Amino acid sequence: MLLEMAATSLKNSSVMRVIGVTKEYPGVLANDSVSLDLERGTIQALLGENGAGKSTLVKIIYGLVKPDSGQMLLNDRDFHPKGPQDARSKGVGMVFQHFSLFDALNVFENIALGMDEAFQKTHLRSRINSVSEEYGLSISLDKIVGNLSAGERQRIEIVRCLLQNPEIMIMDEPTSVLTPGEVSDLFVVLRKLASQGMSILYISHKLEEIRSLCSKATIMRHGTVVDTCDPRKLSAGKIAESMVGNSFSNPKKSKIKAGKVLLELNNVSLKSKRTFGVPIKDISLRLHAGEIIGVGGVAGNGQDEFLGLMSGELSPTKGTLFLDGQDVTYLGPVERRKKGLLSAPEERLGHAAAPEMTLTENTLITAEHRMDLSKNGVINYSKARSLSEKIINSLDVRTSGAGSLAKSLSGGNLQKFVIGRELIQNPKIFVVNQPTWGVDAAAAASIRQRILDLAKDGAAIVVISQDLDELLQISDVFCALVGGQLSKPTDTKKLNPKTLGLLLTSSDAGKAV
Amino acid sequence: MLRFEPRKNRSKFLEISAPIIAVIMTMIFGGLLFYLMGKNPFEAIKLIFWDPVMSPTFAEYSRPQLVVKAAPLILIALGLSFGFRANIWNIGAEGQYIMGALASGSIGLALYPLQAWYIFPLMIIGGILGGLIWAMIPAILKIKFNTNEILVSLMLVYVAEQILALASVGFLRNPEGLGFPGSRDLSKYSSAANPELISGTGIHLGVISAFLGVILLTYFLSYHRTGFHIKLIGQAPRAANFAGVDLRYIIIFCLGLSGGLAGVAGMFELTGPAGLINIDFNVGYGFTAIIVAFLGRLNPVGILLAGLLMSLTYVGGELAQFMMNIPAAAIQVFQGMLLFFLLSTDLLVTYKISVKTPIRK
Repeated sequence: MLLEMAATSLKNSSVMRVIGVTKEYPGVLANDSVSLDLERGTIQALLGENGAGKSTLVKIIYGLVKPDSGQMLLNDRDFHPKGPQDARSKGVGMVFQHFSLFDALNVFENIALGMDEAFQKTHLRSRINSVSEEYGLSISLDKIVGNLSAGERQRIEIVRCLLQNPEIMIMDEPTSVLTPGEVSDLFVVLRKLASQGMSILYISHKLEEIRSLCSKATIMRHGTVVDTCDPRKLSAGKIAESMVGNSFSNPKKSKIKAGKVLLELNNVSLKSKRTFGVPIKDISLRLHAGEIIGVGGVAGNGQDEFLGLMSGELSPTKGTLFLDGQDVTYLGPVERRKKGLLSAPEERLGHAAAPEMTLTENTLITAEHRMDLSKNGVINYSKARSLSEKIINSLDVRTSGAGSLAKSLSGGNLQKFVIGRELIQNPKIFVVNQPTWGVDAAAAASIRQRILDLAKDGAAIVVISQDLDELLQISDVFCALVGGQLSKPTDTKKLNPKTLGLLLTSSDAGKAV
Repeated sequence: MLRFEPRKNRSKFLEISAPIIAVIMTMIFGGLLFYLMGKNPFEAIKLIFWDPVMSPTFAEYSRPQLVVKAAPLILIALGLSFGFRANIWNIGAEGQYIMGALASGSIGLALYPLQAWYIFPLMIIGGILGGLIWAMIPAILKIKFNTNEILVSLMLVYVAEQILALASVGFLRNPEGLGFPGSRDLSKYSSAANPELISGTGIHLGVISAFLGVILLTYFLSYHRTGFHIKLIGQAPRAANFAGVDLRYIIIFCLGLSGGLAGVAGMFELTGPAGLINIDFNVGYGFTAIIVAFLGRLNPVGILLAGLLMSLTYVGGELAQFMMNIPAAAIQVFQGMLLFFLLSTDLLVTYKISVKTPIRK
């Protein structure tokens, strides 16, 4: 088998060959003799569910993780990077899902800080300018990063990567934070790079993207490569099937008649205390039982603050908030949860969950009072453990058990746990920020289905997301959150890509109310 | 260039054996120090670590001393560890210890020479309240005005010391004391005394309280909601906020607990080993307890062991001074070495040192 693979790869002009790489973590075989060929001048997808081993594989290629066994060849020469810096110097660059930029510094300073070798200021400036011009990556060097959009920040990361003249660029979920317009801009850049001979390894969950962008896809499951295919020739459903190993159904929305008003926001405003925080301006909203409101918009437009106002972590500086007719404006998270308002923030590690604590302990964070996990302040750990086991089972969270630390779970699995923790408590109102961020297709479909089921049972739901397809698929009403202002709610069915784009970019979206 | 990098997989074995390695390192380097001073290193080490507990000649005296000195350290460190876990830094336990002693002492001296069963319990309550109220000053200032509790609690130590001096020469001075500073000897006033319970062991009510405290607070930290919230704040403050933990309550709780325990430690010390209120009543237990809390990794059982170890170096150090004429300064260096090695082995358990080649020009 190995020989065969070696033979075929010789025919193509492979720039990178990964041959039988194995990496074992305590209890998990993250990569089980994985092989992969990256051809020169192509954009190639790496697909798989959460925990399939994609991240481990790219971390090995980028020198962040050392494999237990196996071989890597770069231009037919042995490639064993000692670390990311070594990998970069040999021509492998990576753009991460989470940007590593300093908000308070300007663009040039951020790029300069990331340089491995010594440079002259003026020389670097001209090099940056020529790279960004060549590939149409417009960035202005003197702007402060804190004021830039996600798309602009990503361009900085890409330029930073290109300055090292890489032969291979690895991109981890690059479109998860971009608007549709920014996505198509990015694709233009990526195609141009590929046409000039660069090889791009593209990790994404969005099958439609991969089908339009990539000429080859390597599909991983449970640490092994299960298929290599041409994604342009297969339907998204087929690709997803080989990713999960069984077919999954898209969530179905059943027609629900909206009931009484469960949640009412009247002119809620908030002055942000953080340096780059976004103030919330005059949000008014009515939410009925059985209704799902989708709040779209690019990250950094007040999503975190909006969720904080709903969960009770933040108190509004102005306005009122009613829950099923009761004034809850100044109630904290505990009281709001008791009344049935549950929420799940975007940031999983550190906000929704404590990384160094077990899943059982993490269950206590939101479920203690509503699920009676304590009596007179004394925690009933066996009850908490069985509840967290129930969450693990009901959402198929892949973990060795309720005793595992939150940080040991992969992002998608932790997300399933965090959402499941709220769903199991039968919320009356559920507010969630980025419910399927970084979650694989099958899990995302199942989370969306759960949200729809919850609405069918009469709950009112607010879904804040940057994935517009997701919002269009599940929400009844759509609002855009731009610059801390919420646009007038629009019936989702009446939206088309054009009106959507306008809603999301218009700076006076809030004035439409 | 050398850099510390967090270890991905911490070894349980190393974590447990780190303190033992540290003690052995201290023995080696401390022994070297004593050798350079012309003293027999083996004899000195034996005097410090072995004789206080096992020697037929000294143990009778030093074994009780060991628990007497460890008890206040453990009591105070237990309280401090809760705040430290939640990033609330009470540095002023020494002041709370003094105020607890002053409050309980005032009650006892006011009732002198009445004999009644309720005097001692009343003094315990006074000790707790004295320390607790003193600790509420930084707590309330922090909540109301967002002041830094490190500075406020530390400054209040010096205020407390002044009040102690004032009391010793003024309002609490022994009227039959021929004008010397210092109060009546409470250990000789049977209704207020905290005597040795079993003769020759040094065990008094404060020692028993320290052991009880270890058990109760271990339980509290593991099973009580507030214990869970304290751990949560320390590990993930945003998650604690999301959980709805009221930070004001936690500030009051942590400072109140550490103040109350420091106060009651002062009370037991006053009515037992110290006996009377005097200018030199406080000997630094409140500060040493900070070290004990961290040596014990903020864990109640760890604090128990760290308190005993700390006490051993004091008692053993005195013995070495007395028997071998080793100067007090050398003993302090020796204690410093122990702390240094304990902290550095601890650091090496969580971090590894990696060598980075600098970027070439």
